[in-house]
Amino acid sequence: MLHEIDRRAFVKVGLAAGAGALVAACGWDGGNTIRPDLLAVSRLNDWVGEKILFSPSRLARTYSPAERSRSLPSYFISATTPMLKDPRLWRLRVDGLVQRPLELSIEELMRMPRVTYTVKHHCVEGWSGIATWHGAPVSAVVERCVPLATARYIEFVSFDAGYSNGWDWASALHPQTILAYGMNDNPIPAAHGAPLRLYSPIKLGYKLTKYLVSMTFTDRRPGGYWEDQGYPWFAGL
Amino acid sequence: MSDVPAPAPAPTPGLVRRHHWIVRLTHWATVVLLAGMIASGLQIYEAYARFGNRDGPYFPSPFNDAQFPAWSRLGGWLAGALNWHFALMWPLVACGLLYLSYLVASGEWRALVFRPRDLRGAIEMQKYYLGLRKEHPRQGKHNPLQKLAYTFIVVLGVLAVLTGLAIYKPVQFGWLTWLFGGFQAARYWHFWAVWIFIGFTAVHVALVFLVDPASLRAMLTGWYRGRFPSHD
Repeated sequence: MLHEIDRRAFVKVGLAAGAGALVAACGWDGGNTIRPDLLAVSRLNDWVGEKILFSPSRLARTYSPAERSRSLPSYFISATTPMLKDPRLWRLRVDGLVQRPLELSIEELMRMPRVTYTVKHHCVEGWSGIATWHGAPVSAVVERCVPLATARYIEFVSFDAGYSNGWDWASALHPQTILAYGMNDNPIPAAHGAPLRLYSPIKLGYKLTKYLVSMTFTDRRPGGYWEDQGYPWFAGL
Repeated sequence: MSDVPAPAPAPTPGLVRRHHWIVRLTHWATVVLLAGMIASGLQIYEAYARFGNRDGPYFPSPFNDAQFPAWSRLGGWLAGALNWHFALMWPLVACGLLYLSYLVASGEWRALVFRPRDLRGAIEMQKYYLGLRKEHPRQGKHNPLQKLAYTFIVVLGVLAVLTGLAIYKPVQFGWLTWLFGGFQAARYWHFWAVWIFIGFTAVHVALVFLVDPASLRAMLTGWYRGRFPSHD
């Protein structure tokens, strides 16, 4: 009788250990059967992050400019640094579910309320660095374009080979989420997204669209360059 | 004389009920889940294999720029590993909470938690292991050194979860991140928890086979027949 229990338990544990070993084997990514379930849990985690853990008023810690990192790594998905042929012709297009679509020049953005902060940048890879950013809060643009009641997301699109990100409403309207035209007291360098990029210390770096061309208000959750490949969509810190 | 009731016959001599099914279930589930967490964690680590802000200074670590072998990594690439890590964290934390709730509700924590009064017994146990004492000290379910080890590993589990939260949401749990010394420090401790878990497991398994092999069967079936039948 006891041996019976023994044997059954051994088989159970053996199976579990086998599954564990299999799972750990050879850098397995989850396979076609499990990957959809992992992505479903990732969506659940997005929901927990956005609806339960995220506070629209909690601010990320700020630092003194003396604490800036000497350099901050940058990347783009194009083969070479994305640059405008004629920066004077550049405008940020604001469209989608809004009453007043806009075309904003850098000068117009600079006349909006100016936010400057020195914050820590968190990359999904695990590195971090401190820099100062200058820009206009996304909330100021939202006020100007008067979104329709159905707008729930904003899609930010770049001229870096179509790199884009979708943002939830509350994170986009967070007081530290800005359209940044300056970095460390200077105009944003080309490597970091000139002439305008999205910046916020409340999201991982890959959500902070560089080389902006448009922000579109939608009622459907927009995908994104990395998000569509399996990276977490919400990515809130 | 004849009215003395006969003692109830023991089911099998020397056999004692040792581990509740909740303890056995959470124990083995934790083995599998923690293995998955560590394997996906090693894959995540590979994306930035050091600790400290990008331009330094870096925390001292023998694993700077280390690449772990493919068999030890889970997820295939960073996104896959993150999804494994953030999926397995739920059942792992659920297991931990279920186990701790059982300990509190059943009173079993008394046999497990190391308290100051266990200090003398721990010293005696250490003497025995060092050969300074011939006889194995009397013990209940666990000897004082075991209590120390099991209490420590529960605390380590809690710290692993808290450091994980501190690097998962360093703004929402900013106070926690601050408590661990900042984002990179929390990441550093989260990583070290791995090696302490692995070291603990190696010693734990070795002692099971060297000192009390009957305890393996107890963790599987719940029944124990071995050297330490008393259950305090």
